[in-house]
Amino acid sequence: MSASSQPLVQIHNVTKNFKRGAEVVHVLSGLELAVDAAEFLALMGPSGSGKSTLLNLIGGLDRPTTGTVQIGDERVDQLSDRQLAAWRARHIGFVFQFYNLLPALNAERNVELPLLLTGLSKAERRRHVAAAFEAVGLTHRAKHFPRTLSGGEQQRVGIARAIVTDPTVLLCDEPTGDLDRKSGDEILALLQSLNKDHGKTIIMVTHDPHASARASRTVYLDKGQLSTTPTA
Amino acid sequence: MKFLPLIWAGLKRKKLRTALTLLSIFIAFMLFAFLGALKQALSGGVSMAGLDRLIVRHKVSLIQTLPESYKARIQGVAGVAAVCHQTWFGGIYQDPKNFFPNMPVEPAEFCAMFPEFVLSDAEKSAWLNTRTGAVVGRSTAKRFNWKVGDRIPLRSPIWLEPIGQSQWQFDIVGIFDGAKKGSDTSQLFFRYDYFEEARQREKGQVGWYTVRIADPDQAAKIATAIDREFANSPYETKTEPEGAFAQGFAQQIGDIGSIVMAVVGAVFFTILLVAGNTMVQSVRERTEELGVLKAIGFSNVLVLLLVLIESCCIAIIGGFGGLGIAWLIIASGNPIPSLLPVFILPTQSLVTGAGLAVALGLVAGALPAWQAMRLRISEALRRGA
Repeated sequence: MSASSQPLVQIHNVTKNFKRGAEVVHVLSGLELAVDAAEFLALMGPSGSGKSTLLNLIGGLDRPTTGTVQIGDERVDQLSDRQLAAWRARHIGFVFQFYNLLPALNAERNVELPLLLTGLSKAERRRHVAAAFEAVGLTHRAKHFPRTLSGGEQQRVGIARAIVTDPTVLLCDEPTGDLDRKSGDEILALLQSLNKDHGKTIIMVTHDPHASARASRTVYLDKGQLSTTPTA
Repeated sequence: MKFLPLIWAGLKRKKLRTALTLLSIFIAFMLFAFLGALKQALSGGVSMAGLDRLIVRHKVSLIQTLPESYKARIQGVAGVAAVCHQTWFGGIYQDPKNFFPNMPVEPAEFCAMFPEFVLSDAEKSAWLNTRTGAVVGRSTAKRFNWKVGDRIPLRSPIWLEPIGQSQWQFDIVGIFDGAKKGSDTSQLFFRYDYFEEARQREKGQVGWYTVRIADPDQAAKIATAIDREFANSPYETKTEPEGAFAQGFAQQIGDIGSIVMAVVGAVFFTILLVAGNTMVQSVRERTEELGVLKAIGFSNVLVLLLVLIESCCIAIIGGFGGLGIAWLIIASGNPIPSLLPVFILPTQSLVTGAGLAVALGLVAGALPAWQAMRLRISEALRRGA
């Protein structure tokens, strides 16, 4: 990734349309966004405003209808499916609202998944997994299966999986949306620590003002446009 | 190798469903192996038949006999290298259910004609020197625990026992093995001169002739010449290659090959649907998980391969397991030696079965793997939310 003073994430004039039958739905229109390296950005907005769509574009899960998405030096919107997969594996860590752990694998195996795509040896993978568990404070639960973990613990495993490859950007889609207040606070504190102590760039979609307060900056998305203040 | 835990996790996700699918594939391949062994048992004579041997029998049916005097006339037909005859004796040892084929033959000519029945020189010599001598195949000797020196009583529903005796008596002078795997070693052969002297009817008549020809390419021509030799006689003949004769014999109870293919085809089609349905369901239930894998960087091709390998694992574990257990059971012994003289699982059937297992996995997994590959990440994750 670029070491220049340019923003790490640059979204320029992005539109995203979906076809629903004969109708074309305009989700994002002419959107501009820049996120600096080591920034913790909260993305808020009402349901259906396009927050997750924007997150998908940044994470290379989808392509814009028009406009450019650049992460570091990479024009993500121009990569092929295969290149995108490889790029995601190297540069993006996803944290999902419902954790999305594989129920048949224990926590350790879940965290190891992204490392399977690297050329690391088994011993090296184990070392990385152990470091990720230590970072999220869940080393003692590494051998447990997701069904035996609480929601907060599962989300910690999800975060460990997201950071195990040391990605450039962490994308969190309502990471506390399925948690009680206490667990949610713990997760937010963990994300804040990853941002402050480890310099991770985090973009977090949330509905919760309490969560967005932890971020270094909050932007609001409504009707396909971004603003720095919430719309009425 | 590093993806094995992931594949294994997919397999044990729904343990009962995976186990039932494995069981159905296991049973199907066991059935395949047993049908293969059955087909081999019933048509084994065809594959063991000599290309340079013809069978001359009565034109009407095999149970009609031919004059022994035909031997010299057949010998005289151009292209014929050797001739020997056999006659169905139908001897029963103790109980009709102990069936095994037994025929009177002329020992020297018989041994020369059928080198696939391996006897030691000492055994051949003993047979030539013992009027009531008989040689028996290894499988029948083993079945009844016979050994050289034993006297065997047989009762024939066709040929009355010699005058003054209650049964036919034969002395075992040799036990022969098959030169090739799958050779029929269930038969017993005894001397024709003893039989001819002791039988009370149809003297001078024999069952059929086996003819060795000098040039197998001339088989059709020689067969026609032999049949022409006996045309318009009271004992007209039908001459055919030994393989065709054996096939005709086996097909008395139907076209085994077609029956086996029909059963195997129906079973495999059903199993294909079962395995395919399992994989489709499995992939559908894991839409969200596959979406996550793709989100963290698994490529479309890798996801396709993972689903295909998972499908192949089910087919291979079930298929190879079924073939293996069937092989062990078949190798442990012939369950009905009176009906199936040869009961082995041919290597070709094992190889075909193994190939079918892999093919089953690939075909059953193809559609779900394709669906998994085409899955859009954002849609997959949205479906799970």
